[in-house]
Order: sequence, then C-alpha cells, then structure tokens
Amino acid sequence: MENKIERKGQVIFSGYKYGEGIKKALKLSPQDILFELRESKLRGRGGAGFPTSTKWMLTAATLDPEKYLICNADEGEPGTFKDRVLLTEYFNLVFDGMVIGGYTIKAKYGILYLRGEYKYMVPDIEAHLEKMRKDNLLGKSILGKEDFNFDIEIRLGTGAYICGEETALIESLEGSRGEARNRPPFPVNRGYMGKPSSVNNVETFANIPFIVMKGGKWYSKLGTEKSTGTKLFSVSGDCEKPDVYELPWGTKVSELLELVGAKNTKAVQVGGASGQCIPKSQFDRMLAYEDLSTGGSIKIFNESRNMLHILKNFMEFFVEESCGQCVPCRVGNVKLLEGTEMLLKGEFTFEYINKLKELGRTMKIASKCGLGQSSPNPFLSILENFKDEVFNQGMEE
Amino acid sequence: MEDKNKNRVPLGQKPHIVEKPKDPSGIGGTITVEINEKKVTVPMGTTILEACRENQIHIPTLCYHDDLCFAGVCRLCVVEVEGMATLAAACAFPITAPIKIKTSSPKVRRARKHVIDLLLSEHYGECYSCIRNNNCELQSLAKEYGVTDYTFGHIEKKRYEIDDSSFSIIRDLDKCVLCKRCVRTCIDLQEVGVLEAIGRGHETHIGTFLDKPLADVICINCGQCINRCPTGALHEKEISNEIWEAIDDPTKHVVIQTAPSPRAAIGEEFGLEPGHSMTFKMNTALKRIGFDAVFDTNFTADLTIIEEGTELLMRLYKALVNKDESVKLPQFTSCSPGWVKYLEHFYPEYVEHLSSAKSPQQMFGALLKTYYAKKLKLDPSKIVSCAVMPCSAKKFECNRPEMNDSGYQDVDYGLTTRELAKMIKEAGIHLPEMPDSHFDNPFGDASGAGLIFGATGGVMEAAIRSVIEFITGDKAEEIFEGMNVMPVRGFDGIKYAEIKIDHVGPVPDLIKHLVPNWDWVKGATLKVAVAHGTANAKKVMDDIRAGGKFSQCHFIEFMACPGGCLGGGGQPIPTNEEIRKKRAQAIYAEDAGLELRKSHENPSIIQTYKEFLTDGPCGHIAHKLLHTHYTVRGKYIA
Repeated sequence: MENKIERKGQVIFSGYKYGEGIKKALKLSPQDILFELRESKLRGRGGAGFPTSTKWMLTAATLDPEKYLICNADEGEPGTFKDRVLLTEYFNLVFDGMVIGGYTIKAKYGILYLRGEYKYMVPDIEAHLEKMRKDNLLGKSILGKEDFNFDIEIRLGTGAYICGEETALIESLEGSRGEARNRPPFPVNRGYMGKPSSVNNVETFANIPFIVMKGGKWYSKLGTEKSTGTKLFSVSGDCEKPDVYELPWGTKVSELLELVGAKNTKAVQVGGASGQCIPKSQFDRMLAYEDLSTGGSIKIFNESRNMLHILKNFMEFFVEESCGQCVPCRVGNVKLLEGTEMLLKGEFTFEYINKLKELGRTMKIASKCGLGQSSPNPFLSILENFKDEVFNQGMEE
Repeated sequence: MEDKNKNRVPLGQKPHIVEKPKDPSGIGGTITVEINEKKVTVPMGTTILEACRENQIHIPTLCYHDDLCFAGVCRLCVVEVEGMATLAAACAFPITAPIKIKTSSPKVRRARKHVIDLLLSEHYGECYSCIRNNNCELQSLAKEYGVTDYTFGHIEKKRYEIDDSSFSIIRDLDKCVLCKRCVRTCIDLQEVGVLEAIGRGHETHIGTFLDKPLADVICINCGQCINRCPTGALHEKEISNEIWEAIDDPTKHVVIQTAPSPRAAIGEEFGLEPGHSMTFKMNTALKRIGFDAVFDTNFTADLTIIEEGTELLMRLYKALVNKDESVKLPQFTSCSPGWVKYLEHFYPEYVEHLSSAKSPQQMFGALLKTYYAKKLKLDPSKIVSCAVMPCSAKKFECNRPEMNDSGYQDVDYGLTTRELAKMIKEAGIHLPEMPDSHFDNPFGDASGAGLIFGATGGVMEAAIRSVIEFITGDKAEEIFEGMNVMPVRGFDGIKYAEIKIDHVGPVPDLIKHLVPNWDWVKGATLKVAVAHGTANAKKVMDDIRAGGKFSQCHFIEFMACPGGCLGGGGQPIPTNEEIRKKRAQAIYAEDAGLELRKSHENPSIIQTYKEFLTDGPCGHIAHKLLHTHYTVRGKYIA
C-alpha cells in the first residue's frame, strides 16, 4: 500500500536519526526522562488522552520486577491510517520510543500488538528489529548499559476492533477472547499475565524520542495549553487531498478543511466511528483534547451525503464489532441501528426516538468499556446536530 | 495447591482482584466509605456489592453468582461512584479508597431498567411456557423493576435451534442472557471447559467446540451449569411424560428408587427453607402419584459399600500379599457418573483405578429386573424402573449401552429432584402435608451409611465404618465418636485422612472365602482422600500423575459436583454453599438419628446375599449384575 504524507509538522516528520533518542536517553536516569515527559504534557495518542507520564510513572512505581511495555498497533478506528504510515516508514521512531519506554519503566519485554490486517508489515519490522539488535539498540546490555535488557516481540491480532481497547488487547495477548476487563485493577497494576503493563499507542511512542532529544519544555510549547505537541490526522472523505497530516493541536476544523481541499462540506466526523459528528456551524471549533478529541480520524462529508446513511454505516459497524459481553453495548447498538432504520424509512415516533436517546446516554455510562461508552456518540451527535435532515427523511422519499 | 492462577479463567475475571488483608484489624486493613451517605467500614479490597450486602443494601445482580468468579457483564449491579465519569459494576469493583457510592440514583435506576428492557427485547418466548416459570432471575428482575411492556420491542422469531442431543442437558439459546455463568461454571468451578462464548457482537452466543451438539463434546453431564443458569436456557431433559404414561398403563409395574439427596432438598421446591429432610413424606407422595413400589437407593448404597469395600480389600491383598504389580491403586469410587465420564475423558489412562462396582442407581436397576422380579413373580419386561436422583448425569448413566445386565435396560428413567417436585405438584399434592410412610419390601429401610452417600465424604465414611469393623473386629462407634468420621466430612475441596490399623480381628463370614486372615494389614496405615467438584478432582489427579501424596492413597472418593450429590445438577435452584451446607446438615442429622448406620449390618443386605447373590461379594453373580466396565474416551471425539 502506498503512503501519502501531505503535511510534515514540527515533531514526528521533522527528521530523526535512528538510535539518537536511545543514546541520549541512556545518558539520563529514568527519573529524568519521566520529568521531561511530565514537562512535555504528552497525552496518549490513541484517543483517550491519558497523560503518558502518569501511566509510565505508575508502571515504573510498581515493585514487581516483571513488567511489560505494550505498543497498541491495532489501528482499527474507521478512517485511521496514520499508524500504518509510522509502522511502514517511520518505525525507527516507534521502536526507539519503545526502548526508551522500557528503560524508563524498567520493563524487560516489549510487545508490538499489530492488527491482523498489517501482517504484511511483519518482515520489514522484523528486519528492522534485527538491525537494532545488531546495533546493540535492542537485546542485552543495550549500548553497554549493563543492567538494561529489553527486547520487542511482534504479536498479531486477528481483526477484532475491540482489541484496540487496552484490556481486551491484553486478554487477546494472553490467548483469551478479546473482551475488555473490569477496571480497577488497571493494567499499570495488573496487566499482561497479571503483571504491571503500560499500553501506549504507536504515535505516542513516536513522540518520545523527540521529547528526550529536545526536552519537555520545547514540546509543551507546541499545540495548546492542554494539548501539547502535534498530531497526525488521517483525513478521508470528500476532499481533494485525503492523506496523513501532521498539525499542531489546536488547529481549527475550518483550517484543516481548507488545507485538505474540502468543498461544500456538510459535516465532519471527528474521532472515527465512535467520535462526534459536527455540522458547519461548529467548524470553528478546534481539534484538541479539550474541545474535539480524536485519535486521528477525520472524515469529511459534503452536501451530497445523507447523514442517516452515514449513521447507519457507523451503527452497523458497532453492532458487528461489539465484543458481545455486556448488555448495553451488545443489545443497545442493535436498538440504535433499528432506530436509524426507522428514521430512514420515516416510520418513527418522537417518543420512541427520545427513548433511544436516553438509552444512548445510559450506554455511555453503563457499558463495560470504551467501545460501548462511545458507540452512541454518532447517534446522539447526528440526531442533535442534523435534526432537520434526519427527522424529515422518509417523508421526502 | 489452591492456586487460582493456574486454571483457565481469563485473568480479568479472577476473584480477589485485590487481595484482602489477612488481618483487617491491622493498620490500613480497613477503609471507610460512604454508601448512600451512610459511613461504613469494610476490609480493604471488599467489593462494593459485598459492602452493600453486609449493610442490607440490595443491589440487583444477574451475571454474579456466589459460587463463581465475577464477570461484570450484565451491568445490572451498576452504581454511581463520586468522581467517576461512568457507572461502576458493584460486583467487580474492589474498594481501595474512601469513595462515595450511590446505589439508587436516577442514573443508576435508569441504567438498570434499560439493561432489563434490552434483555427482554431479545428474550424469546413467554414465561408461562418456560420450564423456569416462577423461578427465573430475569422474570424476578422484570417484576422488581416494574416492567409492564416491552420498551424496546420483543423478539418474535427463534434465532437458535434447541440442542437436545444430550441425554442429560438441553440448551435453549433463545432464552440465554449471555451472563456466562455456565461458561464460568464449566471452566472455573468444574474445570471441564465445554462452554464458551462464540461469535461477536450481536451474533455472540454460548457454544461448544466448533458449535457441536453437546452430546458430541466432552461434557460430563454434571448439570452444574443448569443449577447456575438464571433463566430457562439450560435445563435437564425431562422424562416425566414418559413416566406418567407408564404409571397410567395398568400392564406396567412402575417402581421408583429414591436417592438420599433429593429428600434433603425437595422441600425447597415446596417453599421450605433448605435443610428439611422429607424422606417419609416423599414415600407417601410417590405412592399417591401411582408408583407401585418405592425403594430406597440407600439399600444399594449399602450394597455398593460391601462390593466396593470388598474390591478394595482384594486389591490391597493382591498388591501387598501377592505382590501383584498390575493391581491399580488407589481405587477410585465410581458412584458419580459425572466423575466417571470426567475421568474417561481427561484421565483415560486411569479408568482401571475406578472401582468396577456400579453406582447404587445401576445396582438397584439390575436387581429390580432380576432378584425382585423373581421374588414377586413379575415379568421383568413389564417392570418400569425409575430413579429420582439429584443428578443430571444419572440420565446419561442409565442410558450407557453396557447397563443392561438384567437382560433389559436396568434403569429406564432417571429423573431429577426438580422433575419429581413437578410431578408431585401436578398430582395435586402438597408434599409438606403428607403423612409418613416407609419404603417397600423386600428392601425396606436402609442404613445411615447409605444415606450419607449424599454428602461429600459420605461414601468414604460409609466405607470406613464397614471396612474398619471388618478388619479390626472393633465397633466403628468405639473408634469414631458417635460413629462420625469427622476427617472426611465438611466442605473443604480436598480432604485427606490416615487410619492406623494397629490390631486385627477375625475375617467376617461374608468374605472369609476371599481373605484367609488380616495379618498382612496389621500395622498398616490406610490412606484415604475425598474430592468434590471436578476442579478439585483435577488437582488430585494431577498430583497422582506427578507421583505426589495422593498417589500413595489406597482409596479416594470423587464426586463431580461441589458438595457431593446434594449439590447435584438435578437439585432445586438456586444453589450456593450455604444451601448445600444446610442440605448436608439434614442428611447427617437423619443419619445420627438412625439405629442402623452400617452397611454390613443392614438385614436386607444380608438377606440378599443369602438368597440371591449366593457366591458372596465380588462373586460371579455379583460380578454379572453389580459390576461394570468403563470406556477410554479421551478428549478427541469424532
């Protein structure tokens, strides 16, 4: 598959010399790195935005000598393809980031959980890991540091969306069905094989070498106050240049639309299927954890699109991809899909649709994991933001 | 050995996710939380559900079960924890911080109602045509939350075919709520692992390996999944219609044997608290229903002790005196058909360790169509032999092809305690009001030794009471206070006991032709063990395989079900350890009140050997009718 990068920003695509970050990191103490990380205010790039320094600090603080560092490369959110770019062309960033992470949290083992569809990348990645081992950037006594042993293993998923959820990912790694666990305990205390584990996104790791090289302070000046650094956006849909863009956090939706050559835009789905769908009136909102949070997926829809068709597509996705263990998600999504179909046909009562909205709000708080907690988002946001369109459909047809 | 981490439960469902402190009174051992604005102090690591229950706050549950590790999947027990964006599942949330909990806020109540509404929308069928009508947890929840209509619709088409391939267990997935209690029962409680969720999202269903019919996988028919299913998705294969037909046929002589455990539990089906023994009331009810004769399975339990005990002594004699290395020791009990099938599947190389003695049910079956038929001058082909058992696996056992030594199928129908309760109700009888009546001749009332077969350790205790008298000539009550062999009683998963034989007596007449004297056991120590629940059986078997302590035992009692037969898969629902303990108390109390408490002193047994099994225990006649053989099954089934 061909990768296209339309915009290179100030961090990830700014250029990096292989191994540089590790060399610098090993001159620092793990505490120093955690300090820089905290200064940088880096937040998880998978979408949830949990402060990376906190996650690493919690894992580092556990007394268990056996810990795991897991890279979540189960990139499965519809409309996301930035990790593919990183893992095919920029894996030196990712794996250097992982080695630094292993050094910081004192883990001996790193695991790359790669989505099944990315199997074709394995030979290249293996070759790179082998090169790292040869160059003493991976394996025993890395760069001569005697007590630092760290190696990375690739494990493949088999195509379940739910396995991008960190605890389901861990279950899958252990050989069980991909189903989210109850929290607490959190993976930082009890993760893979019951051991403290830090699960981080591919892009999060890719940021690490730069923070180590240039310092947390430098990094924190990029982006906004609460969302520092840059973000890779996977832009798709109705635009001229649907590609990967590295932009600073805080970029306005309207700025992005201009950049990608989107015309007659009616709606933008921010954050993939589980994200929010915003109308034209909200295009001056910014892409940032504090406003429109996203793991990177930006889908653009122009005036020719039917919002209910879009919604139906999302709901079908969730009905199929729910792991099926908890009731609100397993059955709730079916009901929301049925509701969408009613709207499409124009055969509905407002009373019932309101009941479904209420159900959606319950799903957001009562589902077991992030999947069910966010799957009602498109239903709720499209019904709220595109009222005129969705409630008048069947009647026009 | 109690290493929970070694079994196959996904880590995310392990119990005690946060270890509770051994001594909560120490510093940091307890924590004070607020539940509904009331301060309560609980040991660190207590779940919200436990904390609420201890403080009389009711939280509805569905996937949670006292006997099982948690799942946290039904989301009914959700509560609000201050500061958390989402609701928390009370069953799976360990308290480790001074949190504030609300158990009945508007959000919580709405979420619970939504969960019930969603479940009902997919729950095929109507309550009045369901086997679990009036004993269904989903039905109770619907009532509790005032459901009066189907908010999100109601499924009108069946989605799954009923799996009735098994002799014992029927699976009706359209009634399944995917609580996964059966999955956890099978894999965690029983370590069998036949059931697992298959498919994803809306297609998720509970299935077997490759979705094969239950009869074609390594199910041991223990029925523990039935006991824990909250709805009618799992139930026994009912045969009461066939029995009614036989009763109504005047040409048929319909007899029924009753095992010890149903009588200790059937009262629960009639609204009594667990722990009421209904032995003699049940006899009257059975006669009124129309059975021609009612017998006590304890009679053949006594017979089992003689046959199995003799077999054990013969094995020991061959091993110790004849130095015969082909003798398989320890000898395993064979009365639990679930256990027998478990061994045949999971440890097939050990089937020769099983006692060749049939289970009491099957011994009775063989005697009824031979000895009894002859004595009463009945045509054995007209005898319909029924057995009320606490067990679903007994249905499988009586259908084993080798169980026809009488020339006919030895036992025609095995029915569960639950089915019998239904038959009694259908006949318009309220069991607790029945007068007492005794068991029918020629077998009469049996011994307390046979009775305690119903509880874990019971077979071992009964065997010890007899074997020890056989060997030492001393009275069992002189050796064990009140004749109670305490080391093998109780609900510990695995029990172990040693009995030193420091002196011997004369060989009793019954087995004189088999053993010349007891000199060879003088000074020996008899080592025995008891395991209940196949998860515990697995631990013992793995230890034997590794040449550990249990491989040195002489005799081991195994029961497939937790608690023994009284916790069997055919017993009244619900079940938990408290209920099982009360049933055990009922059984032991009845035993303590009996005159006759030793199998070999049962006059009907003595008479049977005199009149019919004339060449004695383990003799030719006994071998033909009362002993059997097993099948090496393994785990791979075509």
